[in-house]
Amino acid sequence: MSPPLLGVEEGQGSVSSPADDCIPQNGLGIKEWNYLGLSDFSSVDSSGVTSSSEDSKNNLNLKATELRLGLPGSQSPERKTELCLLNSVKLDEKALFPLLPSKDGICLPLQKSVVTGNKRGFSDTMDGFSEMKGTMYTEKNWMFHGAGMDSQSQQASVKKDGPANAIKEQPCATNGTNLNRTSVSDNSRSAPGAKAQVVGWPPVRSFRTKTLATSSKNNDEVDGKPGPAAVFVKVSMDGAPYLRKVDLGMYSTYRELSSALEKMFSCFTLGQCGAHATHGKEMLSESKLKDLLHGSEYVLTYEDKDGDWMLVGDVPWEMFIETCKRLKIMKSTDAIGLAPRAMDKSKKDCQT
Amino acid sequence: MQKKVACSFPDEVLEHVFSFIQSDKDRNAVSMVCKSWYEIERWCRRKIFIGNCYAVSPRMVIRRFPKVRSIELKGKPHFADFNLVPDGWGGYVLPWIAEMAGAYPWLEEIRLKRMVVTDECLELIAKSFKNFKVLVLFSCEGFSTDGLAAIAASCMNLRELDLRDSDVDDLGGHWLSHFPETYTSLVSLNSSCLGSDEVSLSALERLVGRCTNLRTLRLNRAVPLDKIANILGRAPQLVDFGTGTYGADLQSDVFSSLAGAFSSCKELRSLSGFWDVVPAYLPAIYPVCSRLTSLNLSYVTIQSPDLVKLLRHCPSLQRLLVLDYIEDSGLEALSSSCKELQELRVFPSDPFGEEPNVSLTEQGLVSVCLACPKLQSVLYFCRRMSNVALVTIAQNCPNLTRFRLCIIEPRTADFLTLEPLDVGFGAIVEHCKDLRRLSLSGLLTDRVFEYIGRYAKKLEMLSVAFAGESDLGLHHVLSGCESLRKLEIRDCPFGDKALLANAAKLETMRSLWMSSCAVSFGACKLLGQKMPRLNVEVIDESGPPDSRPDSCPVDKLYIYRSVAGPRFDMPPFVWTMEEDSALQLNTIGNPIGSEWEHNMKGIQGLRAQMPFVLYLAELSNTSQW
Repeated sequence: MSPPLLGVEEGQGSVSSPADDCIPQNGLGIKEWNYLGLSDFSSVDSSGVTSSSEDSKNNLNLKATELRLGLPGSQSPERKTELCLLNSVKLDEKALFPLLPSKDGICLPLQKSVVTGNKRGFSDTMDGFSEMKGTMYTEKNWMFHGAGMDSQSQQASVKKDGPANAIKEQPCATNGTNLNRTSVSDNSRSAPGAKAQVVGWPPVRSFRTKTLATSSKNNDEVDGKPGPAAVFVKVSMDGAPYLRKVDLGMYSTYRELSSALEKMFSCFTLGQCGAHATHGKEMLSESKLKDLLHGSEYVLTYEDKDGDWMLVGDVPWEMFIETCKRLKIMKSTDAIGLAPRAMDKSKKDCQT
Repeated sequence: MQKKVACSFPDEVLEHVFSFIQSDKDRNAVSMVCKSWYEIERWCRRKIFIGNCYAVSPRMVIRRFPKVRSIELKGKPHFADFNLVPDGWGGYVLPWIAEMAGAYPWLEEIRLKRMVVTDECLELIAKSFKNFKVLVLFSCEGFSTDGLAAIAASCMNLRELDLRDSDVDDLGGHWLSHFPETYTSLVSLNSSCLGSDEVSLSALERLVGRCTNLRTLRLNRAVPLDKIANILGRAPQLVDFGTGTYGADLQSDVFSSLAGAFSSCKELRSLSGFWDVVPAYLPAIYPVCSRLTSLNLSYVTIQSPDLVKLLRHCPSLQRLLVLDYIEDSGLEALSSSCKELQELRVFPSDPFGEEPNVSLTEQGLVSVCLACPKLQSVLYFCRRMSNVALVTIAQNCPNLTRFRLCIIEPRTADFLTLEPLDVGFGAIVEHCKDLRRLSLSGLLTDRVFEYIGRYAKKLEMLSVAFAGESDLGLHHVLSGCESLRKLEIRDCPFGDKALLANAAKLETMRSLWMSSCAVSFGACKLLGQKMPRLNVEVIDESGPPDSRPDSCPVDKLYIYRSVAGPRFDMPPFVWTMEEDSALQLNTIGNPIGSEWEHNMKGIQGLRAQMPFVLYLAELSNTSQW
């Protein structure tokens, strides 16, 4: 019933297809969207309907990785191998970087929180809201007794429709606009231990959490738990007027990072292809964005601790988080020569 | 008659009298007495505070106050500290610096908070103001140590350089060597936020050595422990010192020289820093502890017994920042050792953990409140709370002016009764009559807002998260809190009604932030249209809000009063609700007869029939409470 918001039909590789929004997926009558506009990828999500659409979305996402993670100029066939490489690298990670038991325990909820978009507040709010709207209606009816307003009868008549309306109207809210969204209710049903992380809550400044993270690594006095995973790095893009910041700790794969970056910088690339055209219904057309980036105009690079610029995607994710100081979305023409030197570098370090 | 009296004082005399009036409020009052006082006052005002850089334009300020020497500006909303404001939102100081460079060549002081400062700005400051003395960049970003080098090289009269909590691109410590060898006027240096591993120690030592007026020195983490003795030795007059790293392998000679250095600092009253603490080195500061009034241990990751050992040496302590490793037992000990305590901040060591990792509960705070009669300011992170505890705190600390409680899990109920914490916070606002700042957390219904509206008459800043049930909550606050200046709300079910009914209130406040609430786009448009002196800005990173039905809630909303009109530096994801946009309710996509549409039309209709505020008064009169 809500109009399609992104102007993209399903099946075009859009990450957050609006058509799905309006289909009541679970008992709540709303489909939860997480921070990245992705549906819940949680493997423990029990909802059968969601998981099938998740799979299709997974497949779509594999195809839809706009930001190139490999050498510039590589074509889609190579893309598949890149991604296979990523997957195999991921497998190797576990062998190369065996996780401590405690870290495992923590990684899991973190991963979960990342995947589900780690903002629990809004869905609770919206749940509460729909409940509250129910009570509000009863209040109002009671109050209108005394007020004797003309609207009283109208209110009474819309009362029944009210809650349904509230729920139907929610999809516009949940669809990508609101960052504080997650299916925590699903989570709580399916995995009571896992906690989703809310943006900006608890209200502790990021430099404090960053400092504590490194403090507890250095200090043996405290229990060996790694600190909270807030790793903020600056992201710049050629041609964009200002920097953005991302918390690498929010993601557990390159794919998640790249789709988040896509969303963040889409307003710039759209600006380049004519922002005035996007006013109105066409905003954030995923396919338009894809066209711009798919033409392999941009590559994602990062500056590591030694100050060298490398292509993103060559090293295991955990290593990447630790060595990445900042990110840059470069024009692929500028990125020529940034061969994946990570392996060579580490070899060199071993030799010296 | 009166005119004769006014003329009998020459302007110079009045100016001289006014020079004794420092506070902005008094100055504003003076300027409103009569036209001639307005004129005299504006020519002699030297210090300007602008709480929202978008509330007024640089040109307007310069036009009215041509002889300013000191300016303080604040940019982003407070919730930017917690990453709720996307990067690129705004708060650029360059337009201000550029205008002031021409208009105020004798500008001496610039204090900025939450603004974007670039190296270009810093270079412009360095080059434009010959008598520049004070630069405070509190929680700013966008600049690097190259910009600082420019300041160091050019500002011969610089007294204060304070970068606290700023996000600086630290390219290494060489910027310090840009202070010329002839430069000796430094009084205060806070570079604790610099993150690089490199620092030019020799330049630092030489600088400290030749600036004999140095009172405040806060080092960054890169300065190792074994250099502290040397630095302190050159500045025994320090009043406020922040260490760098305070950990190293224990060596007795290092320890003894450190202890000796500290004991020669007879004026030292404030200590901070202490990154990577090795507890064995803490006793080196014992010689100064008895005189300490302020101690920032918020990066000290040591356990409670070691913390308590230290705190027992500090009977004069007025201000303590500490991690929750201190635990209830440590706070109990604190309350018996430190009777002068005025401010306590307890930060979470593991804010994102699911289970508590330390034994810190409401009891710790209660024990401090019971035993420290001078307590005024509290910031406390914990995982459980009860109404009983809050009532106890309220009754024993009626002098609280700032109370910020963060119960880490949203909507946590009273752990004893499982009820909302309305009564507890109600007691706080009822008993603490001078409360100026309040942050709520835990399970809260509309009732707490009723209490706040009724009692919190001096409240200036209120932060609300995951609380309330209906618009009534917001209405209570907006209609009841007479002194309210800043209101920030996230994840609460507050919608259009209370906001629109109290639109006039918004003009008496500095700003209102609402994110993840239920305010519709249509209401924002209506507000922007009807209130020309408010800037109503919708922040939405997923695209123009007018591509969705007007009934859709906006993601983030920032409303502030302004005499400068809408700003021009908005990024693509911020939309301003202009007053001249023809208000057409976009009902396409709304179900016919939707409640929202009905409300909006009702609001417009009601304004003809009956003031909406009365309508809401009906609601609250017949409220079930």
